[in-house]
Amino acid sequence: MIHLEVIERRDSVQTAPQVCMHCEDPICARVCPADAIKKTLDGVVQSSLKPRCIGCSNCVLSCPFGVPKYQVEIDQMMKCDMCYDRSSVGKKPMCATVCPSGALTYATAEEIQRTRRGIAINSWKFGDEEVRTKVFVIVPREVEQVNIKLVQISGTPAALHQDPYDVALMLEAAK
Amino acid sequence: MAKIPIDIPEIIKLFGPHLNRVPSGGWVASEEDDKMVKTHCCFCGQQCGIQLRVRNNKVVGWEPWEDFPFNFGKLCPKGVKRYMQDEHPDRLKFPLQRVDGKGFERVSWDAALDRVATEIRRIQAAYGNNAFALLTGASLTNEKAYLIGKFARVAVRTANIDYNGRLCMVSAGAASKKVFGIDRSANPWSDIPKAKVILVAGANVAECAPITTDYLWQARENGGKLIILDPRLTPIARNADLYIPVRSGGDIGVFNGMLHIMVERGWIDRDFIAEHTTGFDQVADTVKKYTPEFAAKIAGVPADMIVRAAELWGPAPTSFLLHARGIEHHSKGVENCMAAINLVIASGRIGREGCGYAMITGQGNGQGGREQGQKCDQLPGSRDISNPEHRKYIAGVWDVPEESIPGKGLSAVPLIEAVHDGKIKGLLSICFNPSVSLPDANFVRAALEKLEFYVNIDFFLSETGHYADVILPGSLMEEDEGTTTNVEGRVIRHRKVVDPPGEAREDWKIVCDLAQRLGHGDKFNYRSPREMFEELRIASKGGVSDYYGMTWERIEENNGLFWPCPQPSHPGTPRLYEGGKFGHPDGKAHFIPVEWRPSAEMPDEEYPIILTTGRVVSHFLSGTQTRRIGGLVDQYSQPQCEMHPRLAEQLRVHDGDFVKVESRRGSVVVRAQVVKTIRPDTVFVPYHWPLDRSANNITIRAIDPVSNIPEFKICAVRVTRVEQPHDAIAELEVQAGGVR
Repeated sequence: MIHLEVIERRDSVQTAPQVCMHCEDPICARVCPADAIKKTLDGVVQSSLKPRCIGCSNCVLSCPFGVPKYQVEIDQMMKCDMCYDRSSVGKKPMCATVCPSGALTYATAEEIQRTRRGIAINSWKFGDEEVRTKVFVIVPREVEQVNIKLVQISGTPAALHQDPYDVALMLEAAK
Repeated sequence: MAKIPIDIPEIIKLFGPHLNRVPSGGWVASEEDDKMVKTHCCFCGQQCGIQLRVRNNKVVGWEPWEDFPFNFGKLCPKGVKRYMQDEHPDRLKFPLQRVDGKGFERVSWDAALDRVATEIRRIQAAYGNNAFALLTGASLTNEKAYLIGKFARVAVRTANIDYNGRLCMVSAGAASKKVFGIDRSANPWSDIPKAKVILVAGANVAECAPITTDYLWQARENGGKLIILDPRLTPIARNADLYIPVRSGGDIGVFNGMLHIMVERGWIDRDFIAEHTTGFDQVADTVKKYTPEFAAKIAGVPADMIVRAAELWGPAPTSFLLHARGIEHHSKGVENCMAAINLVIASGRIGREGCGYAMITGQGNGQGGREQGQKCDQLPGSRDISNPEHRKYIAGVWDVPEESIPGKGLSAVPLIEAVHDGKIKGLLSICFNPSVSLPDANFVRAALEKLEFYVNIDFFLSETGHYADVILPGSLMEEDEGTTTNVEGRVIRHRKVVDPPGEAREDWKIVCDLAQRLGHGDKFNYRSPREMFEELRIASKGGVSDYYGMTWERIEENNGLFWPCPQPSHPGTPRLYEGGKFGHPDGKAHFIPVEWRPSAEMPDEEYPIILTTGRVVSHFLSGTQTRRIGGLVDQYSQPQCEMHPRLAEQLRVHDGDFVKVESRRGSVVVRAQVVKTIRPDTVFVPYHWPLDRSANNITIRAIDPVSNIPEFKICAVRVTRVEQPHDAIAELEVQAGGVR
């Protein structure tokens, strides 16, 4: 239940997989009128409980990461639960096991420190809202928090400013 | 009489490609599996370890195999979804024969095999032994590749056998053999993360060898620099330290230009060159005129990119070269590879930790498939079919007179040309879909129609199978056992997971039964693939690719063994050329000077744009398997023509418009995908689709004079905006060749 976003194929080949970040205080669960979304003691936010979910999609609208998806066929919200059947018995989530590039990885803080140049952080700011998550992202060493301003949320320009991946511009580049 | 018996849409209705989306038994999580089998992916040369889950003799799912020391559980979308080819509605389960106007009807195995044997003998009696040919595949196990090579020479007694590795590894192989004396990647993949500079030339690693991405990123995490050569900004190029958008066919400009600067600035290892190589002076002479400006003109990139590449590569403490089809699929494919390899030996950085070179083998058994004797010029153990001593040795192993072994036959493209010319009248193919995968597909289809008899062994009815007189249902990788040799030269075990369904049979049993009907059963008395491996060991003994010291048990215990492994006590050879000892009799690496020359067809006024072809991550080769798997077709459903916005503007094409991409040979109509990540003088169409969506309708039937690889990576086209087509082929499902 993770999704792969193509950022803007015209401009770049970049993609971004979106897993559930497993917020410490999950907004999806807080806005659920049916109390259908539960967090386990070890901090993993689960898919909605079938007997409780009313399919209202509050969670879909509220999640700042765009994770929960309403599944029409089963009238229920489903989301990444860190492959709880696997991760609760000591295995890695499937996405992090098979990811051929290591973009998704399931490792200890020590392993990350040993194998990556960047650092792992789990602190986010969306406008004025601060969010801390169980899942970390790796960022350049000087970054302490991912800060996303409201103006960016309301609409990031489609084209990248300097067009860094335009092959025609690269070919023109003089010395 | 190899003509399509009924309309193509009618055949597709019966045989697919249809999409499978649900595993055998449905999506059931609670039931216990009967067993879980450690084996390998059936697709590319990475040969990732995977475990298949089995219930009631059916593959129902998979689990990562995290201990396998190559991919460590990692997989690409093809590997994740591969199990959907099992229990597939399109699976061929019974022998079939062509009935004109009616299609294909079921026949008994005895009737089918008798007919094949009779036709082989009839054609050979009327037109000579070489008038019957075999086209085989690099997805076959070592055992099957060995068997089919022996079958051609001993039972059919034809010189004309070649394999689809001809479309894949032959340029890299020939270059390696010329320079190093051995045709194999020089290093295990574990050397890649230890390199401080990595040059990736013509390899869309993220899509065509996805697991290797992790090795590249590990190198970067260790502070290594990455240089990428590609006309398209591929997913790995996006994060490269230096991306060089080389013009297709201009690679030698970059390589010779880099070497020019390295010589000039003293970034070459003179001691290594003097002690371990020959021919450097001639190469140094050749690259003298490749100044950055001269080289840049050939490469079609700014000169400072070439300087920067030399500045990264030249003084590096450790380095690694990876190359693939991007530089190999050319009428100068061997020369491209040699020019790249010259950079490795001039630096002296080979044969030690973090230093070396590898070709990224494309097909599942692309490495082993070219060693065991199914190439038109080779006998087992990478032996030369024209070498009297090699012939004598193999004749001894096979217990046949040396003179009974035919000489060198035709390679794949000339072989199809001989079919077109009426010189070859009969064909057996296994694991090869030439009507999709060979260049100039209209010519290939016309050739197939001229055959008097064509027998096709496969598990699904491929588009080439439409032309067959007899279709014999063979086995999927997981329905048989044996070994393959992966991209690193590591020989690994494929285990049998389930039995073939219906009356389908293991490929080797079909071949042995045919040999018996041809009167040579005594030479094909195998009871299992293991017996073939035992014979292959002996046949390879003393050859370049020496498997003699390997047993299936040793391979399993060690998670694979690297050849050469000449003795049962030998640990195998993960890294070649240690201590500067190369494979030639003089023990040296041979520099070979390379001059750039134009491709067979350069753009001109009439056809002003370069077409280059390649793959996408969710499909494999001619798509016979992956175009039948729902999740993979959803991910990339129909071919698109990638073009730069500047070109699109000139052509008045918008993203999503239909365009006709047309060469002197043929065309496709596909949707345009307007992207900034490609050179404005080049368009790209992936080749996994058949019929009117086949990129190979357009490509040129020009081949490298040494390797005979076709020039898939450059031909001249024009592109025009057209309306959506609505003919019978266009209306087919996308996986069958339709458009939406």
